[in-house]
Amino acid sequence: MATTLDINGKTIGVTAAPDTPLLWVLRDELGLTGTKYGCGIAQCGACTVHADGAAIRSCQTPIGALAAVKIVTIEGLGGAHPLQAAWVRHDVPQCGYCQSGQIMSAAALMARTPRPSDADIDSAMSGNICRCGTYQRIRAAIKDAGGVRAA
Amino acid sequence: MNAPMKAPVPAGPSRRELIVVSAVAAGGALLVGCSPASLLSIGVKPTDFGAFGPFIRIGQDGAVTVVSKHIEFGQGNHAGLAAIVAEELGADWDTVKVVQAPANARVYANLGMGVQGTGGSSAIANSWPQLRAAGAAARAMFVTAAAKGWKVPAGEVTVKDGIVSHASGKSARFADLLAEAAKVAPPANPALKDPATFTLIGTDRVRRKDSLAKSTGTARFTQDVHLPGMLTAMVAHPPRFGATVKSFDGAEAKKIPGVVDVFQIPTGVAVVANNTWAAHQGREALKVAWDESKAERRGSGAILASYHDIASGRSTPAGEARWQAFETRGGETAPAPGGAVVEAVYDFPYLAHATMEPMNCVAEIGGGKHKLTFGSQIPTVDQLNTGKIAFVLPGSVEIETLFAGGSFGRRANFQSDYVSECVHVAKHVGGGRPVKLVWTREDDMTAGYYRPLTHHAVKVSLGADGYPAHWRHRVVTQSIQKGSPTGVKDVDETTVEGTKGSPYLAATPIVDAQVSMPAIGVPVLWWRSVGATHTAFVMEHTVDQLARAAGKDPVDYRRALYTKAGAHRHLAVLNLALGKAGPAAAAGWTRGVAVHESFGSVVAQIAEVKLDGGVPKVGRVVTAIDCGTAVAPDQIAAQMEGGTCLGLAAALFGQITLTDGAVDQKNFDTYRVLRMNEAPTVETYILPSTAPPSGVGEPGTPVIAPAVANALLALTGKPTTSLPFVKT
Repeated sequence: MATTLDINGKTIGVTAAPDTPLLWVLRDELGLTGTKYGCGIAQCGACTVHADGAAIRSCQTPIGALAAVKIVTIEGLGGAHPLQAAWVRHDVPQCGYCQSGQIMSAAALMARTPRPSDADIDSAMSGNICRCGTYQRIRAAIKDAGGVRAA
Repeated sequence: MNAPMKAPVPAGPSRRELIVVSAVAAGGALLVGCSPASLLSIGVKPTDFGAFGPFIRIGQDGAVTVVSKHIEFGQGNHAGLAAIVAEELGADWDTVKVVQAPANARVYANLGMGVQGTGGSSAIANSWPQLRAAGAAARAMFVTAAAKGWKVPAGEVTVKDGIVSHASGKSARFADLLAEAAKVAPPANPALKDPATFTLIGTDRVRRKDSLAKSTGTARFTQDVHLPGMLTAMVAHPPRFGATVKSFDGAEAKKIPGVVDVFQIPTGVAVVANNTWAAHQGREALKVAWDESKAERRGSGAILASYHDIASGRSTPAGEARWQAFETRGGETAPAPGGAVVEAVYDFPYLAHATMEPMNCVAEIGGGKHKLTFGSQIPTVDQLNTGKIAFVLPGSVEIETLFAGGSFGRRANFQSDYVSECVHVAKHVGGGRPVKLVWTREDDMTAGYYRPLTHHAVKVSLGADGYPAHWRHRVVTQSIQKGSPTGVKDVDETTVEGTKGSPYLAATPIVDAQVSMPAIGVPVLWWRSVGATHTAFVMEHTVDQLARAAGKDPVDYRRALYTKAGAHRHLAVLNLALGKAGPAAAAGWTRGVAVHESFGSVVAQIAEVKLDGGVPKVGRVVTAIDCGTAVAPDQIAAQMEGGTCLGLAAALFGQITLTDGAVDQKNFDTYRVLRMNEAPTVETYILPSTAPPSGVGEPGTPVIAPAVANALLALTGKPTTSLPFVKT
């Protein structure tokens, strides 16, 4: 049974069963490998994408639940998003594996709160684990992208 | 060297090849002795590295590409390695690119290891003279070519930002001179730049080359590899270490659409499928019975209790667990009665590395092909283990090394555990068909190779002056290197480094320090900063307790001991950190200090801590490091930030426990790690130095835990006797 998804502004038919997590459809069927597998239980945020603008964990979201939902992945952010530019300015990534998810969580935050406070950042970003410990640069890059002078 | 093997060998191997194969089969002393790099290069395809050697490629457009023999998994070494070449070559830094070297033990050996590998915070340090020479040789070739063409003395030609020029006004780009420069014989001993004239090294112009790729999802990790015809494998592993497959029933698994095959391999039962989710579903449907007759069935509590018995003398360790002295001074005579006696015991749990990218590998085996595509940390060892399974010459095993989503030591594994597993699966599939082995988070977390469970017992008698007169130290822990190809037989330095060599011991007249290393069936491995993950805590938290017992300020106490021990670098970083921290903590925060040397570098930290509902909250952390010449200052800062976070995650929450031998923590819901709202703000200050570069990737990790413990000691008066601080 084919499922039709709206991904990065394109309507795409996929063959995976409706109970397949979006993560594996993105990665294995559509070749959108920017979205990462980290834990499979929505604990680490590496698989974060946008569903109608909200940050969701694609590892725990079956595609059957996503009909008529606009999905955006890191590839859909375009590469020149202010957050991506700030990430490069601050040399945020280390191993880099979590950063797609970090940026997607930050992008969802900034879409609703363009100049987030530290508390806003803590609240929006604490679902995304970075084992390299790039947190303070993530915080600085978010503030930079939002035009907030870093403390 | 071991005797030549008796097993069947492919037709016609030479005597030398036989020796290599036998060494592989026996897993003999390969990392030390017997010139492994030259032996292991047998089978390597001859490669034309081009006119500028194995580390530098210059395209027809003049663009410079630096070939890194070291993997980049976060440490930022690619930035520093490229900067060393670019500085000496005079390349235009903004256009320099970095690529990963292929596996080649002779050409790309880590000069500190003798094999190709990244670890021990050695990438910049071992490459420093090698890459400076490579860059300088290439620069000399351009200078010679220009001088010849312009008919001017070579000594008057300069190279900067990719432009070769002469005072007469003549100038050319690398592209213009490439053909002529490539004809010049590279000088054997090229003149290096005077470090005082460096314009790139040591500046904030040295930036990562991979930030854009890693911010757009385009950086390629093993998890992202898709090859034509590729199968994805998951393996059902036993619930306890040392257990094996008794029987399995793959009938239900094979009914899952997309599952291609189910078969047994040495480490479990493999499910191979057309995609990851099918492999996952197939493994869920698999039924396996395990033979646990040889499994480790003790819980971590029982293992720790046995360590306590050894340390306290309730049991007497024998054989390989026997007590072995690692630092002794002044004999066993009892000290003259003087000051206080301080006794302290410490327990440290098993720790998982828990890299963001779980272990994985892509292998193509058979049909004349033997190739691995993944983030290989020690390519030579991975070649050896692959050669042993696929029965090919290790040097002929091709490895394409990708970015890896962290390691923290996990990928530097003598058994190449997950790599070997992938090779077994790919060998069974056969025909050179690509197989991607995917470990779930649960596979990764329960697979062992943990930071060893460790117990320290310390008894220090202070002299009348309040300083240590007699230091008795006992360590009980598992050896990481025992039985490994490094050939360590007696004291495994990694179990005691940091206690051994401590300036505090050097300043103590009578020292009796011993280690017992019992054999336990839980696989253990290096974990970022290795022995220092526990020794730094023990030495630094003990010294604060000694200072309290002596009625002295812990900073003054350290200064006195460093002066006594001649530990000038310790003193310098401590003073630098104190000066930058300012006179007092912010209101409501309490400071703790710790200083530790590891991997040739010394780090001091001042952590500001408060208790928030009984849980330590760490705010500002002032860090000072002496790492010799600072090649990439901003990446040094990044490593101090990251090392502090990893060390703090372990100190606050990190523990792997076993119940009846089965690992209790399987994912991030139970193996708690540091998150954004818990992250400190780390300030990094680098001590100016003209010494060669020393380690950066690991030394920032072990200092935060004792700094926090010392702040809590100041705050509550209570010492910390076990980690993690938060026991949930």
